[in-house]
Amino acid sequence: MARFTRFNAVSLALGMAFLYLPIVLLIIFSFNESRLVTVWGGFSTKWYVELFRNQQLLDAARVSILVGLTTACIATVLGTLAAVALTRTARLPGRSLFTAMTYAPLVMPEVITGLSLLLLFVALGIDRGFWTITIAHTTFALCFVAVVVQSRLAAFDMSIEEAAQDLGAPPWKAFLLVTLPAIAPAVAAGWLLAFTLSLDDLVIASFTSGPGSTTLPMKIFSAVRLGVSPDINAACTILIGIVAVGVVAATFATGYRTRRAG
Amino acid sequence: MADRLRSIAVALPPYIWLLAFFLAPFIIVLRMSFSESVIAQPPYSPTFDISQGLSGLWESVKEFSTFNYTFLAEDSLYWRAYLSSVRIAAISTVITLLIGFPMAYAMARAPLRWRPLLLALVILPFWTSFLIRVYAWIGILKRDGLLNQLLMSLGVITEPLTILNTEPAVFIGIVYAYLPFMVLPLYASLERQDPALLEAASDLGSPPWLAFWQITVRLAVPGILAGCLLVFIPAVGEFVIPNLLGGSSTLMIGQTLWDEFFSNRDWPLASAVAVILVLVLVVPITIFQRAQSRTTG
Repeated sequence: MARFTRFNAVSLALGMAFLYLPIVLLIIFSFNESRLVTVWGGFSTKWYVELFRNQQLLDAARVSILVGLTTACIATVLGTLAAVALTRTARLPGRSLFTAMTYAPLVMPEVITGLSLLLLFVALGIDRGFWTITIAHTTFALCFVAVVVQSRLAAFDMSIEEAAQDLGAPPWKAFLLVTLPAIAPAVAAGWLLAFTLSLDDLVIASFTSGPGSTTLPMKIFSAVRLGVSPDINAACTILIGIVAVGVVAATFATGYRTRRAG
Repeated sequence: MADRLRSIAVALPPYIWLLAFFLAPFIIVLRMSFSESVIAQPPYSPTFDISQGLSGLWESVKEFSTFNYTFLAEDSLYWRAYLSSVRIAAISTVITLLIGFPMAYAMARAPLRWRPLLLALVILPFWTSFLIRVYAWIGILKRDGLLNQLLMSLGVITEPLTILNTEPAVFIGIVYAYLPFMVLPLYASLERQDPALLEAASDLGSPPWLAFWQITVRLAVPGILAGCLLVFIPAVGEFVIPNLLGGSSTLMIGQTLWDEFFSNRDWPLASAVAVILVLVLVVPITIFQRAQSRTTG
């Protein structure tokens, strides 16, 4: 009855082509000899060489990676705690407010999040820079971590942790030694998600950054507004490459873990 | 009791973080939206005066000015921006649904061993930079871009089409960037359906299209709703896509807020624009949040 028809195959193939063609074209044209971005002038890696001479771009990349790593670590801890609180405590005081605050940032338009955080930093008299960007990124990234970890935690059999406690393990130890390894793939995925979200963010970083803390997307955005150019294509290709390696590594890690566990 | 204290202790760090960096900033935006901007002064000075306690708070409430809101209500530019954002987001959401549904349906019908791969393929673009994916379309859509080159070499058109910096380019950008957000919840709800229901319908004499409409689509309504909200809500406030692909001809509220903030430096007015944008989105966000906590919590 539920057969995979030709119509299914065609709609899937067209959809995938739509998703991937722009990225593939961008990668191809980053190796273009010609300065004209849409005319093929032969294979060349000269734009990559040019890129690595661009000190401003390298500085921005360094800021982005540092912000991303810090964000990912703080957001993973806070997000995992939030997920535990959401799945296990039905009678938390102010639970509905807590739930609302964990889900709202997932869909809140970035311009609003950015604007409101900037006004907070100004009201508190905090100088904008590395830490304000990191705090801003952590705020929305922790919500994504919470959702990812929560779905895994909901499927986890609580009786195993209870058994550990019955055998004399203190609750924190039972959680660390029994539950945490079981939800580790979700925690790892959450960390990676937080890192890429931070690495990717333009709008919130633009509101919360200060002089001397320009992130890579901000740099790329200001370059892109002047027009398409092959060195930007090259920078984008490197970013895509880093993310692809990370995702493949994470997939293998989770695959390995689940195989070993099953 | 110890359990209760422990669970509160677990919830406390993220709770306090979100109160401080998500809720408190909104209250400041709200306060700021009632301030008047003063020319030749840092435009951000009047916020809450907490140092004088409650009476100071009341004094600052009395100083509330609805100037910004009156200004927004009287200037038709802002109304047009709100309306056109909602319209563009709604049209894009419908197109995303029309493309995403057949994809999700095909994935749910695909052989079991293909499904993890197909799922990974849909999620993967989400991991690559949003900015880069939107930027990639400039090279495709511009006048001497790849799409026009292709169409002209195929003989479909003789003159290059102007797509970049028009509204259709914004539709393409939004549909493209948010397609995974539509496909994933749709797939989740379609995959869960029992094929036996369709067999039962056909045994009872229902033609396939009717069974599809009455069973497959009806049962997928929660997924359709979730997908549509996940596309619609962020699309209304979208800034990057209209800025890069829409050019000056498209008017969207995210862009207006950005300009008010960075170009005109009128922070109180930008705050008022943000407050109204939140009000516009409160209903869809509430529906989304209810649906989320029902399915996962």
